[in-house]
Amino acid sequence: MITFAINGREMLSDQPSDTALLWVIRDELGLTGTKFGCGIAQCGACTVHVNGVPTRSCITPVSAVQGKKITTIEGLSPEGDHPLQKAWIAEQVPQCGYCQSGQIMAAAALLAKTKNPTREQIVQHMSGNLCRCGTYNQIVAAIQRAASQA
Amino acid sequence: MKPGIAFRSLSRRAFLVSSGAAAVGIAFGSFSGRSFAQVEPFSPNGWVRVGTDNIVTVYAPACEMGQGVMTAMPLLIAEEMDLDWGRVRIEQAPYIPKVFGNPLFGGNMLAGASRTTRGYYELMRLAGMQARQVMIQSAAQKWEVAATELSTEPHAVVHKGSGRKLSYGEIAEFATVPASPPQFTREQLKRPSEFRLIGRDIARIEVPDKVSGAARYGIDVRMLGMLYGAVLRAPVNGEAPLSVDDGEARKVEGVRQIVRMPYGVGVVADTYPAALKAKKALKVEWTQRSKARAYTSEKLIPEYLQRARNLPDRGVLYEAHGDAREAMAKAAKRVTAEYTSLNVTHACMEPINCTARVDGERIEFWAPTQSPFGVFLAAVKAHGFRPENVKINVTLLGGGFGRRAENDYAVDVGFLAKAVPGYPVKMIWTREDDIQFTKPRPLIVQRLEAGLDEQGNLVSFHHRIVGESIYRRFAPPAFQASGGKDLPLCEGAYEPTYDYPNFALEQLLEERGVDVAVWRSVGGGYTKFAIETFIEEVAAAAGKDPVDFRMRLLAKDPRGQAVMREVMAMADWSRPRPAGRALGIAYSDIWETYCAMVAEVSVERKTGMISVHEIWSAVDTGVALQPKNVERQIESAVVFGLSGLKEKLLYKDGVPQQSNFHDYPVLRMNEVPKITVKVIVTDNKPGGIGEVGLPPVAPAVANAVFKLTGKRLRELPFDQSLLKA
Repeated sequence: MITFAINGREMLSDQPSDTALLWVIRDELGLTGTKFGCGIAQCGACTVHVNGVPTRSCITPVSAVQGKKITTIEGLSPEGDHPLQKAWIAEQVPQCGYCQSGQIMAAAALLAKTKNPTREQIVQHMSGNLCRCGTYNQIVAAIQRAASQA
Repeated sequence: MKPGIAFRSLSRRAFLVSSGAAAVGIAFGSFSGRSFAQVEPFSPNGWVRVGTDNIVTVYAPACEMGQGVMTAMPLLIAEEMDLDWGRVRIEQAPYIPKVFGNPLFGGNMLAGASRTTRGYYELMRLAGMQARQVMIQSAAQKWEVAATELSTEPHAVVHKGSGRKLSYGEIAEFATVPASPPQFTREQLKRPSEFRLIGRDIARIEVPDKVSGAARYGIDVRMLGMLYGAVLRAPVNGEAPLSVDDGEARKVEGVRQIVRMPYGVGVVADTYPAALKAKKALKVEWTQRSKARAYTSEKLIPEYLQRARNLPDRGVLYEAHGDAREAMAKAAKRVTAEYTSLNVTHACMEPINCTARVDGERIEFWAPTQSPFGVFLAAVKAHGFRPENVKINVTLLGGGFGRRAENDYAVDVGFLAKAVPGYPVKMIWTREDDIQFTKPRPLIVQRLEAGLDEQGNLVSFHHRIVGESIYRRFAPPAFQASGGKDLPLCEGAYEPTYDYPNFALEQLLEERGVDVAVWRSVGGGYTKFAIETFIEEVAAAAGKDPVDFRMRLLAKDPRGQAVMREVMAMADWSRPRPAGRALGIAYSDIWETYCAMVAEVSVERKTGMISVHEIWSAVDTGVALQPKNVERQIESAVVFGLSGLKEKLLYKDGVPQQSNFHDYPVLRMNEVPKITVKVIVTDNKPGGIGEVGLPPVAPAVANAVFKLTGKRLRELPFDQSLLKA
């Protein structure tokens, strides 16, 4: 039995300890905003925060988060109004939208450390997250917008 | 492809006025006068429901995969029905092709080939106008005035003479079936200058859910008692299991069923990780009979090239005017070039998945699909369900790009669901499955030849395309009806807007055992690469400027000329660039949309690495339903196209050699240039937009590379080693 906090609530999982955190979050806890994309930490769709650190939940065994604090897209802000989420709407970033939870979680980790990132810093930080619809330039614009209004 | 919309069929379309949960149906034509008792099940057979709460619900007929149609299509009805957009709710249409089918797909429900806007633009506006007329007639009866005295303002009918006004919601409380359907003609549709909603940038309705994590894609379906499925397919397309040892797989905790399928083995389990573990434990011996076993990319190319060069083999004459061969023979000068493009795969961010439940004789799907039609066929043809027993729910799609126009996932999940009746089964392909079970864009070889007269005028254009057929497998009726023409395969090469005095397009189909398929822009991705780089070679041979040369070929097509002029202005075409940089230009005319593009490029000669610094594009798609979204679709396709400059799916003995994003890299943020798009709005009927930005990318970049290096790139993906110096 593994216990951890997710979006501020204590949870436990009885899945085998080698189960990827991703499937615990999605299938056991029903938080489907975190996405399966590649299973090998190449695309970033599964990005969550573990103790504030952006983490690929698809390759993280659930045993590794014993006693830790996890934040998913659903817990990023109580009302879904994190400055990044507002900026994402203002810039109308998503197309298919499937990667955007991971993009926003990656961006939130960046802004938590770097209040006003340069374009280069944004690009460097975000290049681990794939978007097949090619919304990259809109993602940059939304991060800059959020940073300027924070 | 320009079939007209069957205007008459609209009279049979139902229009429903609903009052809360129980619906009162009002219908026309064959339904005329028939009303549904409140206790009868609600059967939505129209486009619009008007609630007494003044909320109007409009159906979105095509799937939302990022192209914005969940907003843009209902907007068409809202425009003509004169709705207050803030009081509109949108629902994904159920599978009722008679009502929601796309006329450009023969009335089937399918999203692809840039046909959604083109197919529904007039149809849905007519449906909206019909609905508006009903509201007016109902108010006219209530007020006992002539309908001609009434008009609408957003969400209400007004009688200017008396100052009276009724909201649509108020009318829904008493609306009855008119004795005869409202009479109107398509000429009564609003002119573009009268549009109130179309042409404005309206926020996409599904965006808030996509940033909060609430959006539900197919992979997010959750149901009580739901089981999970995985499928093992043969490593080579067309093989089947000879023997299956599932002893170890059955021992995996949580496994419910191991399912033999004609082409593979399925697993149903309590959890997805358990299904994957069991799948991995399967030991399967496969047949060794498939034609695809001889499919090795590097061996195919010389064989295809040989066929392309064998001019007596004319294949199927896809399109021609004049006599290209005769004019070529008489030409003063001839230019020839050959182009190759490897297989590429879609890699939608949402891995392929589908959920289904079988209850007795019935099957219900929850499918992230571009083709409810295909899912329906999977149920009826592959699994033997009666048409009336098939229900299809279309979810959001995490990307489509043509991959989800297939129905293999629906066939898969049907086998799994039948093995566990009563239980919903969510089947998910891993990313490795997605790439290994690909239905890729075909490997293609093209040979282009142009003839010039003494003055350097183009007198003949002869285009030959060699590749495996897409339509023979994917759309047999369309393939046969056209006399064996493969429309997506030759996309971008037929109906050229360039005015060639003599033209021949020959299609040389191969059968190699790989299920090739549509991939964003399909033919346009390689035909425009060939045409738009070749045309610069021909211009050079004629001693002419490549832009002037194109402009002369577009002399009868002012829209084509206009996008070329506009993009050159945007890029400041004649301004000299810093040393080591150059501009390249390309033009595309597919899907009834005009698109010109300029790329600013540099090449690092030590490595041959190409960098694209900036892209400009001018596009005329006629009436732009949502101009900002048109810009975004172009930009999206540009990024897809740039990615395509390096993507390659290589086959060896029929087996795809790539498996995930580490060995099939797609474009990342650090590789994306600044992209500027200008939408030129004209009153022409809207063309397609989801694929338009892709075809000109490769040739624009290649043409810039030529200026920098003197090397002509004729392969996709680009072979950058050619550029080392």
